[in-house]
Amino acid sequence: MSARIGVVVFPGTNCEHDVVKALSAVAGEEAPAATVELLWHGERSLSHLDGVVLPGGFAHGDYLRPGAIARFSAVLDALTRFAAEGGPVIGICNGFQVLTEAGLLPGALQKNSGLRFVCKSVGLRVCSTRTVLTGAVSQGQRLRMPINHFEGNYTCDQRTLDRLRAEDCVVLRYEENPNGSVDDIAGVCNAAGNVVGLMPHPERACDVLTGAMDGVPLLRSLLEAADRHASLPA
Amino acid sequence: MKFEAFVEVRLRPGISDPQGATIERALPALGFDGVTEVRVGKAIRFTIEALDEATAREMSAAVTDRLLANPVIEEAEVSIL
Repeated sequence: MSARIGVVVFPGTNCEHDVVKALSAVAGEEAPAATVELLWHGERSLSHLDGVVLPGGFAHGDYLRPGAIARFSAVLDALTRFAAEGGPVIGICNGFQVLTEAGLLPGALQKNSGLRFVCKSVGLRVCSTRTVLTGAVSQGQRLRMPINHFEGNYTCDQRTLDRLRAEDCVVLRYEENPNGSVDDIAGVCNAAGNVVGLMPHPERACDVLTGAMDGVPLLRSLLEAADRHASLPA
Repeated sequence: MKFEAFVEVRLRPGISDPQGATIERALPALGFDGVTEVRVGKAIRFTIEALDEATAREMSAAVTDRLLANPVIEEAEVSIL
């Protein structure tokens, strides 16, 4: 049976269709087949899924802090259980902010240094290949894809940073720091490597028309992880 | 009884404050020299129904811990006015 991936929609999410389109295009072509579906944030059970993506946007208007209200959506309880059982979870941009607010990933995303909204293509380096987002790329590999955010300045205390480094939880780093993130961090994972958050948008780098294709191997990694999850005994 | 709560949310010391830094850089251009250590936070007011002031304070602190401040980067001070 092919894997099922849910793409969560909060009020204010705006990258869900890009993620569905990109994942659907990569699935079955260069990666295992998968069914990709949209999922409303009131969803209380994710047990039928093999992977979940929290896409970019402005969940609940980003009021108070990005992700602060989204964290209390019903789907987050289900997502916390899904993640604890090893299910692959990816948060892109606003989805990354939601995962940190929910405590599924360490740290927080602050306003960019220089207070600039940054929208451009950036160079990234793969720092860990043990995660559900980076299984199909190699250590040190360079990737190019767009970022598009105002609050992408990854912040954590020194102890958390030491732990992230020691436990191989820094997944992606910027080649040139665009937003003030501590240690040039563009993406992190949890200790188990099945929950990954990143500010860059791999779904916008999956078509020649968008000028970059480096999102494909990242989405392929997720599809492979979801495929492994689908073949686990229930 | 109804109590008016006031919560000040601040960035923790040591956490960079891009808004504060930008305001600080803008001030000399307006002729205000010597203003330093600008930090930007949030002020939140609400009315809360409770039996007494101590309970109102406790509930407001719980609201603050659960939602109003992110302890990773922020600290908060709760007052009952």
